Amino acid sequence: MNRRSPEPFLWMLFSSGGMVAALMVPILLFLFGIAIPLDLWSPSHDHLLAVLRNPLTRLVLFGLCALALFHWAHRFRYTLYDGLQLKRYAVPIVVLCYGGAVVGSVIAAGLLLTV
Amino acid sequence: MATETTLEITLEVARYRPGVDTEPTLQSYQVPLREHWAILDGLTYVKDHLDGTLSFRWSCRMGICGSCGMTVNGEPQLSCATFLTDYAPGPIRVEPLRNFPVVRDLVVDIDDFMTKLPKVTPWLVREVQSPVEDGEYLQTPEELDEYQQYSMCINCMLCYSACPVYSLEPDFLGPAAIALAQRYNLDSRDEGADERRDVLSSPEGIWACTFVGECSAVCPKGVDPAGAIQRYKLTAATESIKELLMPRSRSRR
Repeated sequence: MNRRSPEPFLWMLFSSGGMVAALMVPILLFLFGIAIPLDLWSPSHDHLLAVLRNPLTRLVLFGLCALALFHWAHRFRYTLYDGLQLKRYAVPIVVLCYGGAVVGSVIAAGLLLTV
Repeated sequence: MATETTLEITLEVARYRPGVDTEPTLQSYQVPLREHWAILDGLTYVKDHLDGTLSFRWSCRMGICGSCGMTVNGEPQLSCATFLTDYAPGPIRVEPLRNFPVVRDLVVDIDDFMTKLPKVTPWLVREVQSPVEDGEYLQTPEELDEYQQYSMCINCMLCYSACPVYSLEPDFLGPAAIALAQRYNLDSRDEGADERRDVLSSPEGIWACTFVGECSAVCPKGVDPAGAIQRYKLTAATESIKELLMPRSRSRR
């Protein structure tokens, strides 16, 4: 019964997205929202750009962006289903949420590859 | 009746008589406010002294049988373990458990839960039963810790009453049934995990849960059904991915 449901995979993306976002977003917020504006840490623009162009940095940031977007998609889908009781529009909601996450991931990949 | 010195508290009790009332109405009763009286003692006082027609379910009066679940001031509670003084000066509103059809007054129809519960095979499954002469199935304290909290469930259904998913999707297997499935899945003596898997990982099983967590918040026995469900989600998702990568690895009987 229902062996081929995509739900386990969507949930895996959701839960890994939640975890990486919880681990990494506070660090990024601290660095770019507090440390740099308060001059606690002042890396040069060239230095940051060099770090960003490292393939490993690109991969990690892409993973964070894509997984966090799929986390959003899954949660928002169920918020619309249960919170706003819109489950009768399941198909467009699924397309909007996960489609949005795919589009966002492609944009993130494009930005990360072109900096 | 109450003496002059006895303090009283008002119970606003939901009444519903099938065939007479079209919908539940509230009826107020004055009961003595005694320090050691639970809501259930107040209701018993009403039944014995004020109104013998009031119907409610109870049995052990000590938080073990799981019969006396009710909605007290909007929260699912065991009425034997919820004290009048905690709500003083009142009034206290006592209603039947939410998310279940009302049979009469505070008595709800629990058939749905009773139908779902056996679906998760909530007993020890052994492929081969070893003979009694071989002695007990031994277990270390660590192995006991794995499942012990889930074995505290008393089937009181407060978690079903609190669960917003169950109220929207009556087909949802529900918190207690899944937690009880995990109680056996995590037991080192059990071999039935495969048997439980189809029911648990169906859309009406764990995947219906959106981790609101109210089930764990209201559980009077400290069971964590929300945690059990999340834990099984990881198990089921890992199994699904394994199956996708190695389609023939799973041995099905």
